[in-house]
Amino acid sequence: MEKFVQLEKVDVTFPTKKGAFHALHNINLNIAQGQFFTLIGHSGCGKSTLLNVVAGLQDASSGMALCAGREIKGPGPERGVVFQNHSLLPWLTCHDNIYLAVERVFGRQESKARLKQRTVDALALVGLAHAAHKRPHEISGGMKQRVGIARALAMEPKILLMDEPFGALDALTRAHLQDELMKIVAATQSTVIMVTHDVDEAVLLSDRIVMMTNGPAATIGEILTVDLPQPRDRLELANNAHYHHLRARVLEFLYQRQMRPAA
Amino acid sequence: MSAIYGTLQHSPTAEENSAPTVLQPTQPEPSVTKPAFNAREKLGAVLRVLIPPLLGIAAFLGIWALIAQETSNLPGPYKTWISAQALFAHPFYNNGPNDQGIGWNILYSLYRVGLGFGIAALVGIPLGFMIGRFKFLAAMTAPIISLLRPVSPLAWLPIGLLVFHRAEPASIWVIFISSIWPMVLNTAVGVRQIPQDYLNVARVLNLSEWKIFSRILFPAVVPHVLTGVRLSIGIAWLVIVAAEMLTGGVGIGFWVWDEWNNLNVAHIIIAIFVVGIVGLLLEQILVLIAKRFSYE
Ligand SMILES: Nc1ncnc2c1ncn2[C@@H]1O[C@H](COP(=O)(O)OP(=O)(O)OP(=O)(O)O)[C@@H](O)[C@H]1O
Ligand SMILES: [Mg+2]
Repeated sequence: MEKFVQLEKVDVTFPTKKGAFHALHNINLNIAQGQFFTLIGHSGCGKSTLLNVVAGLQDASSGMALCAGREIKGPGPERGVVFQNHSLLPWLTCHDNIYLAVERVFGRQESKARLKQRTVDALALVGLAHAAHKRPHEISGGMKQRVGIARALAMEPKILLMDEPFGALDALTRAHLQDELMKIVAATQSTVIMVTHDVDEAVLLSDRIVMMTNGPAATIGEILTVDLPQPRDRLELANNAHYHHLRARVLEFLYQRQMRPAA
Repeated sequence: MSAIYGTLQHSPTAEENSAPTVLQPTQPEPSVTKPAFNAREKLGAVLRVLIPPLLGIAAFLGIWALIAQETSNLPGPYKTWISAQALFAHPFYNNGPNDQGIGWNILYSLYRVGLGFGIAALVGIPLGFMIGRFKFLAAMTAPIISLLRPVSPLAWLPIGLLVFHRAEPASIWVIFISSIWPMVLNTAVGVRQIPQDYLNVARVLNLSEWKIFSRILFPAVVPHVLTGVRLSIGIAWLVIVAAEMLTGGVGIGFWVWDEWNNLNVAHIIIAIFVVGIVGLLLEQILVLIAKRFSYE
């Protein structure tokens, strides 16, 4: 399979007041088109940093980061980002938040009516057509996160980068959005990298689970292939022995081999 | 560097909220279960809000009356009130350049403040934006700003007179130079405090500089700008009285000076109230504007 995202020997160090902080060390990762990757690891290990390298928001200090065969230099419209804290602009309505993205990507070649249609479609995709004219502070946390996802999807990116998109949500909303996401990904054949804390979420959604060691100088401890058939159903998986086996593998990595550092 | 701009950091939301928090007790939770108490409770709440300020005003008037009684030439509240009634009966008479109604004097002062402050806003707000956005410019302007900002407003008057040769533009110049700093500094602080998240959105969406300005920088900074504007207009109104005392012409400051020469102390006291009330109104108008622009 063609390597769509390719990281080779990527290191990231942050300059801090107390000297350089070595966040990521020797990251090697190949992601083919259409694959769903999750990054899992203890808090502060460097998951967001790794995602930001692919997003182009964070430069690698050394090593090589490629996307679609080209070196990653800053963000690009082929990589849609869903932020850890949704990052909607509070002075724009949900519609306008998405329109801003749509306009930038398709504004040159498409009419205004078409751009508006794309925005409306994106909102409908996440089930928020009725909230188009609300401002972010007028909607719930889950709705905000959905608008953030809609904004990323509306750009029709080749790859979707999501930083704990469901982290701040209650279990019911989270399950609902996971199902939506599975449908959307299946329909659009998107490539996805998603950061998560949640083992069940990782096993349910992923093709590969990237398990990261604790920082500083965090690296990839193991990559687990999730060979459960698609489409997946959370109720059926509850009785699936292989699902439980995979889940146990992740738990074992996180809680035996990477004991949470006594912070 | 950041320490200089840090000094004027204002939390605009906290300030804007100050007015309504005072009023909140007047709207108690409407209790459906005991409607009989409702009207009574409301009245009680209104009284609770009204009594302290009324008491304060009464105490103020009392002390004023007492002092007036003890001193021979300071008019008391009642005399001042009678005098004010006469004065405001014809606010817009015009008997030549040195004898015009109080209304004209206020309007002339407002005109000068508006002009000087307006030019300061036109220069100061864009300057603040650039200082906030470009570190180099911030480092470049920091020494000059920190040197000029603490200079007493009236110290600029001679320079104005020297350059413009006339009193009118000189007083506008003084307004300009003394009211520009809060707008520059608050705008710069606002731009620098924009959350990194929003700037990341701008980068991920790859927005053009114009879109970054109009959709992210400007809306995020408006509350800070308005705080600067409020401080500036307060300073401008403070300074105009002093400047007009020195330069003359029609205006509330000169009017105070003129009444001093006539030894009409009641008019001076009225002028003090007028200056205070107009200043308060200017402030309130800006608070209202700021509320319109707050998006939370
Ligand atoms: N800009 C920065 N400057 C200095 N250190 C940083 C910076 N950003 C992140 N770090 C450090 O790098 C490490 C990894 O941070 P990162 O945000 O990637 O963690 P994370 O795995 O996403 O954590 P969480 O799950 O809590 O979101 C942390 O120790 C953090 O303190
Ligand atoms: Mg993170």
